[in-house]
Amino acid sequence: MTIPQVSIFVSNRPGRLNAVCRSLADAGINLLSLTLADSGEFGLVRIIVNDAPKAVDVLEKSGLSATITEVIACPVEDKVGGLADFLSVVNDLQIDYMYAYPSECKSSTNVMILRFHDTEKALATLKEKNFKTLSTAEMLG
Amino acid sequence: MRSTAWNDEENKILPEMALDFMPEEKLRELQLQRLRATVKLAYEKVPLFHERMVEKGVKPEDIKTLKDIVKIPFSMKKDLRDTYPYGLFAVDMSEVVRLHASSGTTGKPIVVGYTKEDMEVWAQVVKRGLLACGFRSTDIVQNFYGYGLFTGGLGIHGGFEALGATVVPISGGNTERQVMLMKDFGVTAVGGTPSYFVRIIDVAEKMGVDISKLNVKRGIFGAEPWSDGMRDYIEEKTGIKAYDIYGLSEIVGPGVGCECECRDGIHIFEDHFYPEIVDPETLEPLPDGEEGELVISTLSKRAMPILRYRTRDITAIEKTKCKCGRTIRRIRRIGRRSDDMIIMRGVNVFPSQIETALLRAEKALPHYQIVLDTKNNMDTLEVKVEVSRDMVSDSMSDMEQLNKKFKHSIEQILGISVIVTLCEPDSLPRSEGKAKRVIDNRKKI
Repeated sequence: MTIPQVSIFVSNRPGRLNAVCRSLADAGINLLSLTLADSGEFGLVRIIVNDAPKAVDVLEKSGLSATITEVIACPVEDKVGGLADFLSVVNDLQIDYMYAYPSECKSSTNVMILRFHDTEKALATLKEKNFKTLSTAEMLG
Repeated sequence: MRSTAWNDEENKILPEMALDFMPEEKLRELQLQRLRATVKLAYEKVPLFHERMVEKGVKPEDIKTLKDIVKIPFSMKKDLRDTYPYGLFAVDMSEVVRLHASSGTTGKPIVVGYTKEDMEVWAQVVKRGLLACGFRSTDIVQNFYGYGLFTGGLGIHGGFEALGATVVPISGGNTERQVMLMKDFGVTAVGGTPSYFVRIIDVAEKMGVDISKLNVKRGIFGAEPWSDGMRDYIEEKTGIKAYDIYGLSEIVGPGVGCECECRDGIHIFEDHFYPEIVDPETLEPLPDGEEGELVISTLSKRAMPILRYRTRDITAIEKTKCKCGRTIRRIRRIGRRSDDMIIMRGVNVFPSQIETALLRAEKALPHYQIVLDTKNNMDTLEVKVEVSRDMVSDSMSDMEQLNKKFKHSIEQILGISVIVTLCEPDSLPRSEGKAKRVIDNRKKI
């Protein structure tokens, strides 16, 4: 199972992240996770929300360019070394990821969002090893 | 893309087009007669032209042939600024029925005036241009040139009305509404600045509207130089045929010249506007076929006759006859204005080159702006490019790659190093729907 992530292009200027969050808030969109990557002049805001297509629509209406990418949400055990253990397994499976970040999840477990180079392959491999992947609905609890 | 093949039905010579096909001898005769009247009017009624001619020792009666036009002194934009607002008017204000003005971003605006007859001539030249491009009275036309002081909106509007088309005077802005009306009103033709139409294409796509599936068949575009690449882009995306209309407020506004169905240069409406090409450095006249600065004299304007106006547009008068058979001469499409030329570390740079480079890199036409600055005593050229939805990726390295691709493509064409900055959509300024392409913050020595 994959979940949609929204990536938004923003200029590296004061108030831009605020503008993104405000437009989403005004449209009643719930944020589960947000991560920011920046490169001096511009940045990418990546978010997991309850309604990704609506989020893109809302953002475009407020003059921002956004796109949807499928990512994988994996539950991680809540204990010391939980994330390390999980990533070791991913490493052993030889499925490469480009970036990863934690997300809120309404059902109790901790969740890592991973963007794999080859999402299809990662999904198949994880399934084969009986790893659970979450849907947006499951994350919303 | 639609076929550009000759279409007998569309290219039939209608009675209203007769002036475009006047026998050449008759045309020259008419031009001389009108030029002499214009010179006389300017000499007698406009102090600036009077003083300049006296200074040069020229009298109106010295204009005996069209070739004698070289005896007349030049005029330029500065003259309109210096005589702001009504200094170049040749008639009493009671005869002036319309004023237009530039946006005046560089200080005082320039002001132009029209008598009732001037307004009629203006509408007629625009109409002749529209007819030459296949527009007919049956068209429903959406006019997204800016209405107001800018000559574009109301100028083209007058031509559409004279043609008898159904005009949708929507003006610029509110792009989603533009797309909605284009669809709902069954619009068959459009008019406006090409850069704004590119924006409409973009928004239509986002709204899930495919312009190529609508009734729109042709568009008339002008008010800013646009590249052949931009024309191809517009035509491929929308399936319309895009035509170039030329003009400048100082002369009349849009309608000084226009393409025809052949799209092989811009026919100047020579019975009202007399074109010359001069060397921009020496100001010596250049023969047909040679590239230089376009100089225009009005032949029938009464409110504000203009003699030998230096347009700053770089072009050439074509030597060969157009396939359409019009006897009025053509100039090459304007790719560049000497005003727009940037000299960057000794290299001549034109905004149109940057447009070509961006199209080459991404096969898309993002909105862009050129910013010149001085950093550590070095002049820098920065190209700001708006990132559209299609260009966004979730991967930072993809975005950096996009930046590099633009940079590489521009540097290959210009031969100098540039900075490319990716910007948010709609973050770069636009005025009157006209793209403001160059900002120069360089320290002047």
